[in-house]
Amino acid sequence: MKRSVKGGLWLWLHKMASPAYFYDVAGRLIPWCVIITAILLLVGLIGGLVFAPADYQQGDGFRIIYVHVPSAWMSMFIYIVIAINSAIFLIWHIKLADIVARSSAVLGASFAFLALVTGSIWGKPMWGTWWIWDARLTSELLLLFLYLGYIGLRSAIDDRRVAGKAGAILALVGVANIPIIHYSVVWWNTLHQPASVSKFDDPSIHLSMLIPLLSMALAFKLFYLCIVLINSRSELLEQEKRNQWVKKLVAEL
Amino acid sequence: MQYSQAFKAMLVRDLRIAFRQRAEIMLPVVFFVVVVSLFPLAISPDPKILQNIGPGVIWVSALLSVLMSLQGLFRADFHDGSMEQILLSPYPGPLLVLARIVAQWCVTGLPLIIISPLLGLLFHLETSAIKVLFISLLLGVPYLNMVGAIGVALTIGLRQAGALLSLLVLPLYVPVLIFGSNAVVSASNGLPSDGQLLWLAAMLILASTLSPFVINSALRVSCSFR
Repeated sequence: MKRSVKGGLWLWLHKMASPAYFYDVAGRLIPWCVIITAILLLVGLIGGLVFAPADYQQGDGFRIIYVHVPSAWMSMFIYIVIAINSAIFLIWHIKLADIVARSSAVLGASFAFLALVTGSIWGKPMWGTWWIWDARLTSELLLLFLYLGYIGLRSAIDDRRVAGKAGAILALVGVANIPIIHYSVVWWNTLHQPASVSKFDDPSIHLSMLIPLLSMALAFKLFYLCIVLINSRSELLEQEKRNQWVKKLVAEL
Repeated sequence: MQYSQAFKAMLVRDLRIAFRQRAEIMLPVVFFVVVVSLFPLAISPDPKILQNIGPGVIWVSALLSVLMSLQGLFRADFHDGSMEQILLSPYPGPLLVLARIVAQWCVTGLPLIIISPLLGLLFHLETSAIKVLFISLLLGVPYLNMVGAIGVALTIGLRQAGALLSLLVLPLYVPVLIFGSNAVVSASNGLPSDGQLLWLAAMLILASTLSPFVINSALRVSCSFR
């Protein structure tokens, strides 16, 4: 019994790796993703901007958290997605994994950039300055650099397969280094920065603030899923344009 | 031929080639010294300020100088086709790649490390701090060479490889920069710097065991599309 479930899962994964099947399934998933993203965004925004009470220290200024924190989470999440897909591509040579990694990179860089910008805007009223070499901001900046390097390397190589492999190696090197970079920055920060400036006394967040935040975080994840599916579908068509199933698809139009 | 002999043969060949172009060997060191001596001119000749910025300045300049010297690491071999021969040889690629990096380090990294105490004097660092500076560079520069070589192997043969290389590699250099310059700062403040030096040693061990494999596969990818 157990084995057949496992076998079914493997079968499904194998099917998903086939371009035509993925194209079909992704096409059916996208509308659902869009609808759920819209609902969650609405819930998060109304909950965060209207129902959540103002913070006792920061007033209404804290509400930027509903964009800042989900973007920061997404920027880290997407790098891990890229690294996992890179490993899959390098080990099993599944082209689809490379396409997902390629479609994710720009999105991840955008989220990292968004997190930096909103962090900086948030910092102006709270810290009185646009930028502080806070450990988290600095790590986020370095993450943005890693993304830019990854995108730069991929776009510099004309051959798609080679670009995919080189990018995959770079992504794996990057993901192995991220913890070292992050903790060295944290360590550096504790030496140089008086902790009182960069840390508010962190009370555990109240439920009326937490629920919109989680809703926004989920909305961002699903938004990412939408965009990746749409991007991957068009990349897939481009890459498989000489294959039978694409020709059949075009003929049906 | 044993593996050790293959390693030695590669090392000797690379050193011989390097020593036939002596001017090129000198360039990274000269670059290092010139960049370091620009900072007092730009900031201030005040010994107190120089003592404060010295460790950081020397470390950043060493990092840039390594980055500059790396650009030629595989270039000649890549263009004349010896790289394919090296990768196709019956000896393990990572071993030969490691020999190449060791040779590169002897030629460009070592002079830089040897001259660093003099630069410490220019910045009025104390003897204890200079000693730590020397050790930290000794542990850190090979790391820079190895991690940088990954970037070189990925970008070789591309247009604008130099700019791309710095974008790929500089974020990965951050931990070494932090631990290296911080070791010197704490030594010049009279604090122990063993912790930072041990971190540098740990990262060097990590890089020297893993990076040859990564460089080898990156070179294979780069050589596959010409």
